[in-house]
Amino acid sequence: MGIGPGMEEAPGLERVHAEGASRSAKLCPRGKAHFREDAVFKGLSIGGSLLMPLLVAAILVELVWYSWPALKHFGVGFLVSQEWNPVTQEFGAASSIFGTLVSTLIALLLAVPLSLAVALFLVELAPPPVSRVVGTLIELLAAIPSIIYGMWGLFVFAPFMADYVQPALGKTLGFLPLFQGPPLGIGMLTAGIILAFMILPFICAITRDVYLLVPRTVRESAFGMGATTWEVTYQVIIPYGLVGIIGAVFLGLGRALGETMAVTFVIGNAHRVSASLFAPGNSIASTLANEFAEATGTLYVSSLIELGLVLFLITYLVQMTAQFLVRRFYRAWSAGL
Amino acid sequence: MKLRPPTGRLLVNRLVSLLSAGAALLGLAVLAWILAGVVARGLGALTPALFIHLPAPPGVPGGGLANAIVGTLVMTLAATALAVPLGLLAGVYLSEFGQDSRLADQSRFSANVLMGMPSIIIGVFVYALVVIPMGKFSGWAGIAALAIIMFPIVARTAEDMIRLVPNTLREAGLALGAPRWQVTLAIIFRAARAGLVTGVLLAIARVSGETAPLLFTALNSPYWVSSLSEPTPNLTVTIFNYAMSPYPDWQQLAWGGSLLITLGVLALTLLTRFSLRDKPR
Repeated sequence: MGIGPGMEEAPGLERVHAEGASRSAKLCPRGKAHFREDAVFKGLSIGGSLLMPLLVAAILVELVWYSWPALKHFGVGFLVSQEWNPVTQEFGAASSIFGTLVSTLIALLLAVPLSLAVALFLVELAPPPVSRVVGTLIELLAAIPSIIYGMWGLFVFAPFMADYVQPALGKTLGFLPLFQGPPLGIGMLTAGIILAFMILPFICAITRDVYLLVPRTVRESAFGMGATTWEVTYQVIIPYGLVGIIGAVFLGLGRALGETMAVTFVIGNAHRVSASLFAPGNSIASTLANEFAEATGTLYVSSLIELGLVLFLITYLVQMTAQFLVRRFYRAWSAGL
Repeated sequence: MKLRPPTGRLLVNRLVSLLSAGAALLGLAVLAWILAGVVARGLGALTPALFIHLPAPPGVPGGGLANAIVGTLVMTLAATALAVPLGLLAGVYLSEFGQDSRLADQSRFSANVLMGMPSIIIGVFVYALVVIPMGKFSGWAGIAALAIIMFPIVARTAEDMIRLVPNTLREAGLALGAPRWQVTLAIIFRAARAGLVTGVLLAIARVSGETAPLLFTALNSPYWVSSLSEPTPNLTVTIFNYAMSPYPDWQQLAWGGSLLITLGVLALTLLTRFSLRDKPR
């Protein structure tokens, strides 16, 4: 019911409006009450949705506030110091940050190619009923709680790593410092592998979407040129959906960085930076999980909260990038690019 | 023109197909391995005592996780009661009022950030917000942490589901002279009911396995839940503590708890999958 430019000069329009208002008041005697009620309803719903940005802001403020003693006491040195000693009150985040990054890197190195391959299988190779069942099962990997991955990792997977995988790696690639040291089962490598399985379904789900969103004509013209499935995927689909796939990788990255329980069970919990992936280490999340409840003293607690702040900032940046990329892909797709 | 024989390319293609099928198989194998491991070790602990007894000290035979089961149920329900109305309100704003406004965009972005935020950070936040002022760990803090995790999930699924309701339904309701809030609650919510329930179930499934946000909010306790302003027992933290303990009977109980959690969460997840599939999307 837009009023066009020509209608502004129509004579007596105000009178018509006034009449209409009084008539609608007669037709709907509760009109005014409705208006008020709706204003309240809208206000409430705005409040509900405002709560989300407020929560994010509140988290940042609280984390900075409570980590202030540590921020002031250690300064930038907190980020590079390897010391972590509650007795002498010396705290540094280097080993936790190192462990977080290394375990995440291992997870990505394994999970990205795996996810691309699984998505390829689901979209191009498997017959639809198989694809549906397998797709659902792969998604179930995301539903299993992290503590279950931890239990399984510690009691089932770590012994398997210690008995078979690590000795084999040590024998074949043992000349690299990465694969030296006693095969303990727990450690950086085991944590990274379990993380890979945990983020696989997340990356796979979006990659599958991206594969599916490539226009049929583009795909079919490539097939029409005589390209094989692999060539179509590698030379057409992946370049086409690259932004979306990178977004998916960032989403997985965000998950892996903050994953807590599974890592806590298997990473070994040692405040140490070591070159070997067999060695026990720790991550920001695992340090928090292990020490927070028992921490005493302002400096200790605020150092732990500062660790949380570091993790918050890293995941926030990663999330922002991921959302930007994924959204750009979907937008480009809906614009027909 | 001379045609290049496709043998090499076909070989590469075959190889990649095999590899990708292998990757899918590997994923399935890991799922099966985890489930088999949990079932094999947990089934023995799944006795009636698990559901009715308090945990026993190490070395004493018997003992169960009854208090932890009750605690987890109470906290999850309370968090649901807190997060669902707020989440629905936020979802209504995003889909009905805000749509593409800047405020709605900002909220949506924040919701995604919250959903991607490591749950242990939520734990630290609630520790600073609730535990420090109260001076002790409490069930309320655990409820707050779980509710904060559920809230954006409910909001985003509610938004998506409400958006699916055709505009004609809204217009028909408004044309009858019903105020906007009645149209939303009585007509749109009813039309989107299956989707909204799915979103809530999804959020419950997501939090019922959460451990990290409870570690230093609800903490844990070997006693019955007497008051929510005390440390409150819960399954996941109990599993963590018992699994890390050196006592075989505690570890056995931890496996029993793991099996319970896994079955619960998988059942909820499958339920949401099927309830979504019934609705034409």
